[in-house]
Amino acid sequence: MARSRWTAERKRNAWVRTIYGCYYGLFVIFIFGPMIAMFILSFNARKGGLFFPMRGFSLHWWYQLIKPSAVGDMQGAMLRSIILALIVMVITALFSTMLAMAFRKKFFGSGVLFYTIMTGIMVPGILLSLGLSQLLRVVGLSPAWWFSGLGVHVIWTLPFGFLVMMAVFNRFDASLEEAARDMGADEWTVFKEVTLPLITPGVVAAGLFGFTLSYDEFARTTLLAGAYNTLPLDISAAMSVRIRPTLFALGTASTVFSLSMIGLFLIVYTFLYRRTH
Amino acid sequence: MERTVLPPHPGLIGSEAIAPEFIQEDKLKKFRPGFSAAWLVAPSAIWLVLFLVLPLIFIVVISFWNYSLSGMVPGFTLEHYVEYFTSSIYSRTLLTTLRYTFTTMVFCLLLAYPIAYFLALVVKTYKWQMSLFLVCMVPFWTSYLIRAIAWVPMLGRRGLLNNIMIDFGIIEKPATFLLFSEFALTMALMQLYVVLCIGPMFFSLAKIDKAIIEAARDMGASSLQIFRQIILPLSLPGVAIGMIFIFVMIMGEFATAVVVGGGKFSVVGTLINQYAATANYPRAAVNAIFLMIGMMIGVVFIMKLVDIRKQL
Repeated sequence: MARSRWTAERKRNAWVRTIYGCYYGLFVIFIFGPMIAMFILSFNARKGGLFFPMRGFSLHWWYQLIKPSAVGDMQGAMLRSIILALIVMVITALFSTMLAMAFRKKFFGSGVLFYTIMTGIMVPGILLSLGLSQLLRVVGLSPAWWFSGLGVHVIWTLPFGFLVMMAVFNRFDASLEEAARDMGADEWTVFKEVTLPLITPGVVAAGLFGFTLSYDEFARTTLLAGAYNTLPLDISAAMSVRIRPTLFALGTASTVFSLSMIGLFLIVYTFLYRRTH
Repeated sequence: MERTVLPPHPGLIGSEAIAPEFIQEDKLKKFRPGFSAAWLVAPSAIWLVLFLVLPLIFIVVISFWNYSLSGMVPGFTLEHYVEYFTSSIYSRTLLTTLRYTFTTMVFCLLLAYPIAYFLALVVKTYKWQMSLFLVCMVPFWTSYLIRAIAWVPMLGRRGLLNNIMIDFGIIEKPATFLLFSEFALTMALMQLYVVLCIGPMFFSLAKIDKAIIEAARDMGASSLQIFRQIILPLSLPGVAIGMIFIFVMIMGEFATAVVVGGGKFSVVGTLINQYAATANYPRAAVNAIFLMIGMMIGVVFIMKLVDIRKQL
């Protein structure tokens, strides 16, 4: 009797798991499907256009992308985006670590500061773009991707990095630092020898948020990039003229780049995590 | 920093084991370990003021300035506010934006809740939970402009969805309402932002103590009862955070509306962008201010909603 009830429950659980599994599968198709269709269509033949069915296989649109004259300054834009993302990555990792360390203790104004940091996620990018571009005009400075662009990118990435570092320090064992202090180490030594090695995986994660979010950022940069575009701005400019399969190829290239950055991060992260634990 | 209070000394010497207060205060100030908070915070605080606080204040300032074809002139006028309220375009655009934001948010929650439930309560091992969760999070780290473009081959007149529907005999002629419509916009926004609410819901569902669910089941509660009386109320904070994320992101969204909406109808984001492009900054600023007010009301409303439910 008891055994039959047990098997019935197991059967039911198996059913539940299968149904949820199928739903998860459909969901993954929904969030990845359009992108995969785009990847496939970027290899469409020269006569083929934006839609299925494919008219054959070719690298025509990829060649169009790499050809120097065809799409303006795509390579330059991509290079600028990568450089900007790298700078944002370093600043995000540094600032969020410093902030999270300060937030381990209560200090004057910590509440206001916390909400100000979080406002960076909440404020629509176009607002920040509008406000800062006008402010610069009145002050007499001209916007540039490495200056005003960098400024608003960090505003966008900092909250994410900060939350990651807060989570890291929440689970941090402060007695290790205490022990080092009791043995006579000064603050710098404690940080370098004890704290930093333990939080490195978190710092790398905060940096990843900085890199990927900045690399793809569009709305915040619209009025702030100055004379030279970043990649998302170039994509948007090309798109507003006409959507062509070249854009699909560019989208594929850009996505593959983003994904390989995440892959690289996962490798570095696992390596660091294994070393510290 | 909290002072640790020792229990009353039980020994023979007396109960005055704690040092007099003035000495303790002194000691705490002197031996407060770690770097000084001021130095750690200063660079970020300056950055936040320069690139976040000042620009936002400046939007309010220029909303009162005069506008002429030659540019902005500092001054004080309520003209743009009066126009905002007298012309129906602006409030109508704001209402449209609120409406589709709300629809998209509801669909996102319905779509994502089972996923979060599956990850948190059906999948058993931590390793699988995390891997399946990360798969859902991958789109968050790719360009949303490109993900928006990817909807064109799906929804276009000769797009995949039309092809499939014709093949199955659901429709005879390709439907034109698919792309450049509110339907397309809702679909695309859902796909772009649904991943944002999975995270918070997943974490709050995963925090539920499994023993409570076991106990309820042992006492004869049905699955529906367990869900309605235990799981759903305990997951509401996560649902609320997810709602706030999606609400705030979609309210300020404008790129997707351009790509997938085809510029056929305007949302507040595109309106601001248009006025900024034609150098009518005061009008853009007034629209921006009301967008922010709308967002704040929405966020407060969501927080109230969950608090009220918690009381029940």
